[in-house]
Amino acid sequence: MSAQTLSRARPASTTTRWSRRAAGALAFAALIELAGRTGLIDAEFLPPATEIVGRAVTLLADPAFLGHALTSLLAWAMGLGIAAAIAVPLGLLLGSVPIIDAAMRSVVEFLRPIPSVALIPLVALVIGTGLQLRVTLVVYASLWPILYNTMYGLRGVDPLAKESLRSYGFGPLAVLLRVSLPSSAPFITTGIRLAAGVALILTVSTEIVAGRGEGIGVFIFFAGIAVPARMADILAGVFWVGLFGVVVNALLVAAERRAFRWHHAQLGERP
Amino acid sequence: MLEIDNLSHVYGGGSPNAHHAIDGLNLSVAAGELLCIVGPSGCGKSTLLRSIAGLITPTGGEIRVEGTVVRQTPDNLAVVFQDYSRSLFPWMSVADNVALPLRRKNMDKRQRREAAHEALESVGLQDAGRKYPFQLSGGMQQRVAIARALAYRPTLMLMDEPFGSVDAQTREDLEDLVLKVRGHHQMTIVLITHDIDESVYVGDRVVVLSKAPAHVVGDLKVELPAPRDQISTREHPDFVHLRAEVGRLVRGHATV
Repeated sequence: MSAQTLSRARPASTTTRWSRRAAGALAFAALIELAGRTGLIDAEFLPPATEIVGRAVTLLADPAFLGHALTSLLAWAMGLGIAAAIAVPLGLLLGSVPIIDAAMRSVVEFLRPIPSVALIPLVALVIGTGLQLRVTLVVYASLWPILYNTMYGLRGVDPLAKESLRSYGFGPLAVLLRVSLPSSAPFITTGIRLAAGVALILTVSTEIVAGRGEGIGVFIFFAGIAVPARMADILAGVFWVGLFGVVVNALLVAAERRAFRWHHAQLGERP
Repeated sequence: MLEIDNLSHVYGGGSPNAHHAIDGLNLSVAAGELLCIVGPSGCGKSTLLRSIAGLITPTGGEIRVEGTVVRQTPDNLAVVFQDYSRSLFPWMSVADNVALPLRRKNMDKRQRREAAHEALESVGLQDAGRKYPFQLSGGMQQRVAIARALAYRPTLMLMDEPFGSVDAQTREDLEDLVLKVRGHHQMTIVLITHDIDESVYVGDRVVVLSKAPAHVVGDLKVELPAPRDQISTREHPDFVHLRAEVGRLVRGHATV
């Protein structure tokens, strides 16, 4: 009994985990700093970390940059929201009606491997390069992780849980909404979290390829084509995009842990 | 209350590995009776229960509940499954689990909550309403499942090996709980078990099924002094005699 308790490695506490992550990030920054300062890499290509972060902080006071950031945020949030609003009901439909699933499968399997970035020129020609282009491509790319996770979650719903509700006289729709949907919610949420990262990539790359209007990607694009290229600006833009991704992911992980304590308890993890 | 006429069920009919679970089963249960059904494992007990609950459509014969032929789940029927951890909804609090089926009844939110509380009280879990199933022990979870069935006020309660997954002590407590609640609620109970002692201890009547394909091979009335008691009932000569009789029937060499 006690041997078992001893042999099981205790998961690191939250503070320990965060301090380890911070240490990793600081070490990486120190490496960049060193490379720049010693001239190992030409500072024109890779400015020291302190310079990048310094520039990133001063950009916060720049109204033009904040405008870019806000536009990107809008495209990201709209795209992700619309993708979830389409993918969750679609996943519920495909996951619970085998005939529709079979009929749609070939279409889904054809569309899924197409890299969203490859669609940028086509979509740009059809609907222009404004917000609609970004949102459309973000929706397209974010759809898949949510759709697949919803269908995967539905497959894992316990038949006995469904039978329990059916035995009280509930019909198929009630069983879908009251048992299958909440039971797959942890998987759907994971899908949305994965999609949030994909959406961020698509937002910025669409902006860079479109190369006009507003957006962090546009800001990075213009810093890149300037002569000489404003490397600190490029990397400061990248810094904010990356930080945003990390924060969103961490918030969603925390939300999942809180909301789905029952799910983690079922898996035998510490709630 | 419940009539079963010439019931049969074949899984995978037509295919070479078709399984004949039930064949020519006849059974009649009176209102208010507590009937225990025993039989060797894999004999089609659960198939019978799912047929009565309208969860599967038997391939032959007819089941009537309160005079109506079962084609879908009958009204006023509740099922308690063996696997409480899978039949309770883990994302809902205990009280919400108990109150959920009441949405089928004409009750507003307050009435549903009161009925759930009352049912939890009758199984001794009045303080557990806000907890989640995973925070309770196995025996307590099965109490919640029983409370959920009781709150629904069924006229027919089906129990599928309800105490098969709990320890011996909890099992005895839950057996006595069923005997207690049936006194308060006017309902018919059909309890499926593979435990011979349990069937004699809990039942008014014990029906023994054969190996698959199942049919009735024995039907015994249990006349033991009430109230039943885990110690004195089990040492009563009639109990000892009956459990031996049921045991012989289950093993397939009956003397009567």
